[in-house]
Amino acid sequence: MSESASAETVLRLDGVCKRFGSNTVLDHVSFDIKQHEVVALLGPSGSGKSTLMKCVNLLEQVDDGQIWLSDTDITDPRINMDRARARIGVVFQQFNLFPHMTVLNNVTLAARKVFKWDRAQAEKKAMSLLKRIGMDHKANEYPDRLSGGQQQRVAICRALMTEPELLLLDEITSALDPLLVGEVLDMVAELKDQGATILMATHEMSFAHKAADRIVLLRHGTIAENGTPEDVMDNSSDPETQAFFRSYHS
Amino acid sequence: MNDCTTVTTSDIELERQAYRKKQSIRSVLTSIASSLIFVGLVAFGLSNSPGWPRVQESFFSAEYFAQAWPQVLDGLMLNLRVLVVAVIGVAVLGGALALIRITTSAVMFPLRVVARFYTTVMRGIPMLVVLYLIGFGIPGLGLFGRVDPAILGTVAVVMSYSAYIAEVLRAGFQDVHPSQRASARSLGLTSGQTMRLVIIPQALRKIAPALMNDFISMQKDVGLISTLGAVDAVRAAQIAVAKTYNFTPYVVASILFILLSVPFILLNDWYTAKLRSRERTGGLV
Repeated sequence: MSESASAETVLRLDGVCKRFGSNTVLDHVSFDIKQHEVVALLGPSGSGKSTLMKCVNLLEQVDDGQIWLSDTDITDPRINMDRARARIGVVFQQFNLFPHMTVLNNVTLAARKVFKWDRAQAEKKAMSLLKRIGMDHKANEYPDRLSGGQQQRVAICRALMTEPELLLLDEITSALDPLLVGEVLDMVAELKDQGATILMATHEMSFAHKAADRIVLLRHGTIAENGTPEDVMDNSSDPETQAFFRSYHS
Repeated sequence: MNDCTTVTTSDIELERQAYRKKQSIRSVLTSIASSLIFVGLVAFGLSNSPGWPRVQESFFSAEYFAQAWPQVLDGLMLNLRVLVVAVIGVAVLGGALALIRITTSAVMFPLRVVARFYTTVMRGIPMLVVLYLIGFGIPGLGLFGRVDPAILGTVAVVMSYSAYIAEVLRAGFQDVHPSQRASARSLGLTSGQTMRLVIIPQALRKIAPALMNDFISMQKDVGLISTLGAVDAVRAAQIAVAKTYNFTPYVVASILFILLSVPFILLNDWYTAKLRSRERTGGLV
């Protein structure tokens, strides 16, 4: 039994394992994320990035190990999982906005239904968030009227709405037209400046290098590297790590 | 585009437009001509068949039509009442069956088995047999005294249609992409809230055409309660036929059923077309 995380550690993974049948996807993965830290989770496809994100968000159950969100062991089956999920904001690769709800209802849903704010209060907050990204004039549109980049920025607003302790960004630019990637990444950079704590799985290497405080590199379900962008991306002595980053340059 | 201020059209485009206009006028004329020829052939064939005067007299007699209309219309009111009650019953029972079938919790296991068995068996039994089983079987038990055949008929319609509707609903619930559920749960919504606020509204939009189609088919199947002796439109027509040996009352009943269903058929067509055009513009719902 590991002791609970210290005050400023927002997320701690401790020996997390996940298997699908005989296939071990995560093999004793351990790392911490401190408050206001931006950690980029990198690795080739199939290295376990997505599974790790799903375990942190309790969409998948771990097979061993613990995940601490501040002082809560969220892998403890006795906790209220809905409440734990509500403390984490998640943005998905495919946006996953609710197509039958307007932008405003998408953004306010959790505040109204989970946190029980009244509608006026929730809408006021949502409008100020939308205004910050210049989307307030689209508040009453349905998601199918927006571009991919706009949908993804709305999805980020939805995740931010209830001020989560941790933001999980799961390859949020992978489904976007290259021209729209910039507008979404700018928004992430802005969140970092405002002090958000972020774990992001991404293939945007130059963005990870620029925006992340730390890089966690997964390989075959284990942590291959865990350090600053310079240490991991530029100065690693590991040949496999060098080969991985070279593949993005060519 | 409406932001063009000065529209200049080249000669080539003008010539193309003129050609297209000519083509479309020609196709309208062609379809009118072919329709007239078709109607003419059918009318010619009917009026020249040796038995036509007799068929006309026994199915399309104006006199018997007028005579049967009031009773058959009266009977249709019973069909309408049965239909309203049956729709509510089917929504409740079908919805419950569908929800039971998509649960995964261990406690619900026996109910899941029952629901599965029910939908499988019920969809296999001919509607008429269900009517007989309920309509003659339940009174045979002698538990409730005399039960109005219209009520027994309604129960049979509800039981039979619930099985179909449950499967349509279940397919709809499962058709909503799992990422929608993931997205809702990750916001902290409970599984009940996710179902109510995210899954069901999207599923209903997707399956609305199928549901409306079943509703239209139910509209005419409520006419089957006549087999239990309830005096509905079909039964009223039967009585009139038995009195006069003229089949026009059946045509009266058919026309009334058609009038009843046409608004819903048009509504269904309109809604399906709307969904299709929305899908073309890239929407998911």
